[in-house]
Amino acid sequence: MRNRPKPMLRTAALSCCRDDRRLLDRLSVTFEAGKAYQLEGPNGSGKTTLIRILAGLFTDFEGELFWYDRLLKAALWDELRAHLLYIGHAPAVKLALTPLENLQTYLELSAGPARCTPMEALGKVGLRGYEDLSCYQLSAGQKRRVALARLYLESAPLWLLDEPFTAIDRKGVEQLECLLASHVHEGGTVIVTTHHALQLSCPLQKVQLGREASRRAVSQSDEVIDRCL
Amino acid sequence: MSMIAPLKTLLQHELRLYARQRSAWINPLCFFLMVVAMFPIGVSPQSDLLKEIAPGIIWVSALLSTLLAAEHLFKQDLDDGFLEQMLVSSTPLFLVVLVKVFSHWLVSGLTLTLLSPLLALMLFLDVEQTKTLFITLLMGTPVLSLVSSIGAALTVGIRRGGVLISLIVLPLYVPVLIFATGAIQAVGEGYSASGQLALMGAMLALSVTLAPFATAVALRISVSQQ
Repeated sequence: MRNRPKPMLRTAALSCCRDDRRLLDRLSVTFEAGKAYQLEGPNGSGKTTLIRILAGLFTDFEGELFWYDRLLKAALWDELRAHLLYIGHAPAVKLALTPLENLQTYLELSAGPARCTPMEALGKVGLRGYEDLSCYQLSAGQKRRVALARLYLESAPLWLLDEPFTAIDRKGVEQLECLLASHVHEGGTVIVTTHHALQLSCPLQKVQLGREASRRAVSQSDEVIDRCL
Repeated sequence: MSMIAPLKTLLQHELRLYARQRSAWINPLCFFLMVVAMFPIGVSPQSDLLKEIAPGIIWVSALLSTLLAAEHLFKQDLDDGFLEQMLVSSTPLFLVVLVKVFSHWLVSGLTLTLLSPLLALMLFLDVEQTKTLFITLLMGTPVLSLVSSIGAALTVGIRRGGVLISLIVLPLYVPVLIFATGAIQAVGEGYSASGQLALMGAMLALSVTLAPFATAVALRISVSQQ
C-alpha cells in the first residue's frame, strides 16, 4: 500500500462568476504535496481564475479553501504565501533592470533560503552573458526565462504556474518539464495551466475545467515517461 | 530582524527604477517649477502682492504636482505583474506599500521641498517664511504622498483613472493646504506657527499609521478585479 501524501490544498464547492458567466461551478479538487497537476480546459474556462484564487489574488468567489485541512482565513494566507511561488501571465520582470537585479529582488523578497545564486539560476535558464543587459533588450522568451529562473532560485514548495511555456522554445520546454518533475520528486507540488501536452517523468493529474467538465471528477493519468531520468 | 532586509532591497529596487526611468518623476517636478514661475509673469511682478500669495501658489502647485506623480505609483507594477508578486510575497503588504510610498516621496516630495527655497526667493518671501515653507513642505508632502497612494491604489485597475484619483484625493489634501499656508502666513504676520505645525505633525502621524493599510486593502481589491 502506497503512503498517501497529505492534502496540501483543497477546494470545496468552489464557485465563481465573472461578468455573469459561471466560470467555476462547485469545484472540489484536492492538491496533494509531492504531485503535479495540470489545469485543463478551453480558453475562458477559468484556469487562470482558479490559479489566482489559489494564490489569494482573486477573492470574489464562493466556497472554501483548505490549507492542510485548515480553513484558509486571514492569518493562514500568510503561511500559504510563505510556501508559494506564483508566476502569472505577466512575467513580472522589470524592464529597466537587468536580469540579475530582477532576480536579486525576488530572492530577497522570498521567504525561504536560496537554492543557488542568482547568477547560477540565470546560467541554468541559458541567460549567462545577458545578466548585465537591460531587460528591454531581451526577447519575449528571454524575459519569460528570467521569470522562470526563480524556479531554480527560490525554495518554495508550492508552485503555481500560469502558462509558463509561453514564448519558450522547444528545448526550453523540455528543460522546464524536467525541472517540474524534479521538483515533484523532491516533494514539491506543481499546479500548472498550459495547453501544451506535458511530458513529465512523474505522475501528472489533470484537472478538467469548463462547462461540460465542471461536475466531472478529476481524471488521473499516471503515465510515467522517463525521458529526464 | 528578517523583515528589514527585504524592505531594504525593495527600496534599493525602487530607487534604481526611478534612477533609470527619470521622466516619471522629473516631469511632475518641472510642472511644479514652471507653474510657480508663471505666476509673477501672469499676475504681477510686484513684491508685496507676490509675497502675499506665494504660500498659496507654492502649495497648490505642490499639490497638483504630487497628484500628477501619484497616478504612476502602481500603474507599471500592475501592468508588468510585479504588483501581483508583491501581493503573493510573504512580506506584509502594508510595509511594501510604505517602502514604495517612501521611495516615491524621496524623488517627488523631497526634491520638491529642497527646491522650494529657490522659489520662495523668487516670490519675495522673507527668511522666516522660507524656513516655515520648507518645514511645512517637509511635513506635508509625505502626507500628500501617503493619501494619494490610497487613491492610486483604488484607481490603478481603471484604464483612465486620472480624473477619478483627483476627485478622491483632492478633498483629503485640503486640510494640509489650509494649515500649511496658514502657518506661513502667520509667520509673515509675526505670529508663531507652532499650532499649525503641530496639527500638520498630527496629520503626518495619522497618515503614516493608517494610509499604508488602506492602500494595501485597496490594492488587493484592485488586483482581484482584474
